[in-house]
Amino acid sequence: MPRSENDIAIVGYAISPMLRRTDQTETMMMLPVVAGAIKSAGLTKDDIGFTVSGSCDYLSGQAFSFVSNVDAYGAWPPINESHVEMDGSFALYEAFVRLLQGDIDTALAAGVGKNSNSDPSTLYTIEMDPYYLTPLGADPWSLHALQYRALLDSGKTTERDVAELVARNRASAKENIHAQVSGDYDVDELLAADYIRTPLRRHDLPPITDGCAAVVLARGQKAYELCERPAWITGIDHRIEPHLPTLRDLTTSVSTTQAAKGAGLDAGPVEVAELHAPFSYQELILAESLGLDADTQINPSGGALAANPVMATGLIRIIEAAKQIIENGKRRTLAHTTSGPCLQQNLVAILEGDE
Amino acid sequence: MSHQPVAVVGIGQTHHKKRRGDVSIAGLVREAASRALEDANMDWGDIDAVVLGKAPDLFEGVMKPEMFLADALGANGKPMFRVHTAGSVGGSTGIVGSHLVGAGRHKRVLSVAFEKQSEGNAQFALGGGKGGSIGAGGAFAPFIRAYIRRSGAPEDVGWKVAVKDRQNGAKNPYAHLKLADITIDKVRESPMMWDPLHFLESCPSSDGACAVVFTDEDGGKAASKPPAWVLATAMKSEPSTFAGRDPVSPLGAHMCSAEIYKQVGITNPREQIDCAELYVPFSWYEPMWLEAHDIAAPGDGWRMTADGDTELTGSFPVNMSGGVLSSNPIGASGLLRFAEAALQVRGQAGDHQVPDAKLALAQAYGANAQFFAMWAVGSSLDPLG
Repeated sequence: MPRSENDIAIVGYAISPMLRRTDQTETMMMLPVVAGAIKSAGLTKDDIGFTVSGSCDYLSGQAFSFVSNVDAYGAWPPINESHVEMDGSFALYEAFVRLLQGDIDTALAAGVGKNSNSDPSTLYTIEMDPYYLTPLGADPWSLHALQYRALLDSGKTTERDVAELVARNRASAKENIHAQVSGDYDVDELLAADYIRTPLRRHDLPPITDGCAAVVLARGQKAYELCERPAWITGIDHRIEPHLPTLRDLTTSVSTTQAAKGAGLDAGPVEVAELHAPFSYQELILAESLGLDADTQINPSGGALAANPVMATGLIRIIEAAKQIIENGKRRTLAHTTSGPCLQQNLVAILEGDE
Repeated sequence: MSHQPVAVVGIGQTHHKKRRGDVSIAGLVREAASRALEDANMDWGDIDAVVLGKAPDLFEGVMKPEMFLADALGANGKPMFRVHTAGSVGGSTGIVGSHLVGAGRHKRVLSVAFEKQSEGNAQFALGGGKGGSIGAGGAFAPFIRAYIRRSGAPEDVGWKVAVKDRQNGAKNPYAHLKLADITIDKVRESPMMWDPLHFLESCPSSDGACAVVFTDEDGGKAASKPPAWVLATAMKSEPSTFAGRDPVSPLGAHMCSAEIYKQVGITNPREQIDCAELYVPFSWYEPMWLEAHDIAAPGDGWRMTADGDTELTGSFPVNMSGGVLSSNPIGASGLLRFAEAALQVRGQAGDHQVPDAKLALAQAYGANAQFFAMWAVGSSLDPLG
């Protein structure tokens, strides 16, 4: 059983309600979630060795938005703290690396996104190359319609396959108390809906969600003190690809394959995979790029189609994969998170429970 | 503190200017990164991972610019990471990069930080994007007035810092401001911006980037130029404001340097540290940080400045590069401090070199003087030994 002092596990977590709109500030959203994650690990705030969060000024609608979020950590006396302008799953990555320095044995990683402040179809145009793409108004609906079209043209899937995937995710989400969108849907009715950008229909898009999540990590023996069945992060890696969609084969995800190799997916099968696919058809690209077979259950949570609090959606995939180990007794699970247009950047984590 | 030793083997920066209209943002960061790789005698393919830091995305109006900068920084197929910790971000970018090597995740990591302020409106963004900004000077002037009242420092201390840092900057080929003929009189007679800060006591607004290449112990020992060894790193944060906090001499600043001193074995920072690059965007922050980092006793920081101790030829040189007062591409300013400390212990600082510097301290701070990032670098792994 005892793993090395360099092994790091998820030992606690909390997820906020997933709402279409909240009038709370990010700090207010984070406070109960941070406190809840720390409490779930049986700790108090003063036990945490390092705190790091992921959020995005442009989603919050103001510069330095994360500055006031230190109030959610109770940062007095002053704490060891950092922030990434990335999804909370990358905050987890920084916490993982920080723990490997060896001087602390617990860390908190969080992600928060108040997506109701903005209209994604205008906001995300400024995530693109500012000289060549932003002036064209390269919005996510158009870009992802192009990716979906490329996938259909490759012959790898059909619109019916994708509609079935949407129905399956929404049905799975019925069991997820953190789902914003769930229920039983008829595939023919889904296919009868109008296109918003051919071939994308509204149900192929993620919902707009306000929400946050936090995890507590522990290193070495400390993990067993805090959690009966820790979810060990046996591998984690992330990679990025060229920014311009025209420089990539959009029907595959090379960086996901690279990250999975770096995370050690090859070492054995995974029982559950939580894939961060904000646009419905991307789940198929990811499953193929990861080489998952029919024995792996994909997105029992309903995935990003059930709730998409951008900047926390990826961290929630890791939490869902960890829950499968901590609460459901699974042996080996996978979490994937993405960022940027058309799956530009991808992170893969492999989680394992003890035999 | 790192699990295994980390060496700085490459440093590069751009020529910092008010407006670098000759390059795009991608061109700016690539210029700094190319110089760092050349300094390290490496090529793009040698780098295993890239860490990018910058201050708020609202400064240039590009959301998560690391996405489109992946190409320019040779990151395709590699891990690319983005840090944002307000004004301290340049320091954090260096620390995160060094930790990736220290943890054994990668053998060679490139940390890059930039700001291209001419492509946006920094004053707008500093005000939270709502345009109601009092500016950074307006935010810090009350802390400075409180410091002066508490310490009884004479009013010319700030002017002396302004002159000293610009004279140092005139020796730095990359510095934005080259004010070799600056005088105390010119500072005093420059327009009052935020009482007691005159125009010439304030930092400029710059376009610029800085890049640092990290590698492991073997790589450091095999490097073609002398490496700088990362002896200690620390980051501390505290709330923006509440009644229990002292914003003039923040507890987080004291704790951050105390952690550095402990890791290195420094018991008398004033004597044992050879030189320091401190984040001084407004003149009076030199004596304030000397005290908040326990280099000077409380109330005595200004005496070091007044006595000339912090000059390039003084007993405790501060901001040999010319500091933030000479170049301020905000997101890069912290990494520039960290890089200058490394240049000093490598003996590569040219006309602003402190002779025989073996142990150097660097600091960056951010937001309402509440985020702190620091490191200590040495010419060997045991410069005090």
